[in-house]
Amino acid sequence: MKRWLSKNLIKIYAFAAFVYLFIPIAYTMAFSFNNAGKSNLTWRGFTLKNWQNPCGAPEVCSALGNSLKIGFIATLIATALGTMIAFALGRHRFRGRSTVNLLIFLPMATPEIVLGASLLAMFLNLGINPGFWPTVIAHVMFCISFVVVTVKARIASLDPKLEEAAMDLYATEVETFRRVTLPLVMPGIFGAALLAFSLSFDDFIITNFNSGTLTTFPKFVYISSARGIPAQANVIGSSMFLIALAIVLVGQFVSSRKKRV
Amino acid sequence: MAFIAAVSKRSSNVRGIKRPSTPYLLLIPGLSWLAMFFIFPLITLAGTSTQTTPAGGDTGTYVQTFRFANYIDAFSGAREQFLRSIVYALIATLLALAISYPLAYAIAFKSGKWKNLLLVLVVAPFFTSFLLRTIAWKQILGNEGPVVTVLRTLHILGPETGLTASAFAVVTGMTYNFLPFMTLPLYASLERIDPRTLEAASDLYANGITTFRKVTFPLSLPGVVAGTLLTFIPAAGDYINATLLGNPKTKMIGNVIESRFFEIVDYPTAAALSFMLMAAILILVMVYVRRAGTDELV
Repeated sequence: MKRWLSKNLIKIYAFAAFVYLFIPIAYTMAFSFNNAGKSNLTWRGFTLKNWQNPCGAPEVCSALGNSLKIGFIATLIATALGTMIAFALGRHRFRGRSTVNLLIFLPMATPEIVLGASLLAMFLNLGINPGFWPTVIAHVMFCISFVVVTVKARIASLDPKLEEAAMDLYATEVETFRRVTLPLVMPGIFGAALLAFSLSFDDFIITNFNSGTLTTFPKFVYISSARGIPAQANVIGSSMFLIALAIVLVGQFVSSRKKRV
Repeated sequence: MAFIAAVSKRSSNVRGIKRPSTPYLLLIPGLSWLAMFFIFPLITLAGTSTQTTPAGGDTGTYVQTFRFANYIDAFSGAREQFLRSIVYALIATLLALAISYPLAYAIAFKSGKWKNLLLVLVVAPFFTSFLLRTIAWKQILGNEGPVVTVLRTLHILGPETGLTASAFAVVTGMTYNFLPFMTLPLYASLERIDPRTLEAASDLYANGITTFRKVTFPLSLPGVVAGTLLTFIPAAGDYINATLLGNPKTKMIGNVIESRFFEIVDYPTAAALSFMLMAAILILVMVYVRRAGTDELV
């Protein structure tokens, strides 16, 4: 018994860590089925009505819509810009490389509140009112670095011999890029886009500074936390969790199938 | 092998020389975005931090007077919250390291074919909203929640004492919320360790503990450094956990900056505090990276 325990101690510990990670998720999900009135803090019995009517609470779906819109636009722009930088860093030698690396690292090392406050200070100085587009601009700004890091790691893991083989077979530089390099880097780009979207969707601090009166989903949760969060917010949170998990698991399944073939 | 590496290096050089403008064309859009919406705002913020209200001016109107004493005033007004932010963030970072290291170790070395699935599960909590997770902790630690109920029946907690609205709850929330930032870099550095180095250590009669102390841990140091930084930085600037799980006595520097901006409309103080927070973090980070990089830790 003692030997078994010491042999499996690390696995037991890891299991406990997973339980810890998932307790709040289980809570969020359980309370999406709560027959709650205005405040969803205590259990009042099981119901499906929140799931049947996820937009039942005022404003919750317009906030979700804003978050999705901002997330999609910011993800598109940040993924495009970040991927280009990643290719420049991963595939080219040029002067000023370390400055570029520093410029990519700095936004990740700056607390969100400083990023949010400085952008708001600039918008106010320029006479621009905070709102939808300032929020998109802010989200693109903090997502770029994460995209660069993710895509760069994928480019670095590529075997340069594959591209050389294509060139040896008389593919031009453009053809090699389009038919060899890009397909190989694609999973990295996809992963980076997923990361950018989840960062944007979940952001509160920077959004709170730059969105003015516009309500996003995290902002809705924050504002309503004072007077009680409707159970519909838990429905939306739980669905986002399940959708994201499904996307990642399907992606894993597809890539493991490809490897076997 | 060396020959192939040399050739491939040369050929990528050749590709670079062929069109030297390509990398710059790729960089321009993204870097301009960062220059306009990251660097330029920081410069604006620096400008704001030394402004003052003109005599007889309305609240919220400021002119540039280069009053650097703003920084001293701002700091003396928020010294307590400043120190608290650093201390809470440090405790949360250490707790996250203690929870994440064995977890990352187990995934890297003990999980077999479940490795990818377990990694997905580590990131999965990320996908529910940060705020919903924090509010879930408020419920879990709340007076009607399971933790307090159990502790009260065991008479560890008195019938009137609770766990929420306390420093304990704030640090718990911070530890939880930034955990994946710690686990992923740790996993990445542990996974890269060649299992043969561990076998070599045991061949040389090192026991499990010695192998860990002399081989595994030193090799995982880059992950430890990256993970602690990625946890400490957002934790020090966070104010959500302090707002939702704390009380007025657990306010952090983020709370002060936020309220200066939105409630008091005191932009110069908010700007000065933001800069001091950034400077404090950068100094701590540089000292830490230098120590971890040069000194032998084990």
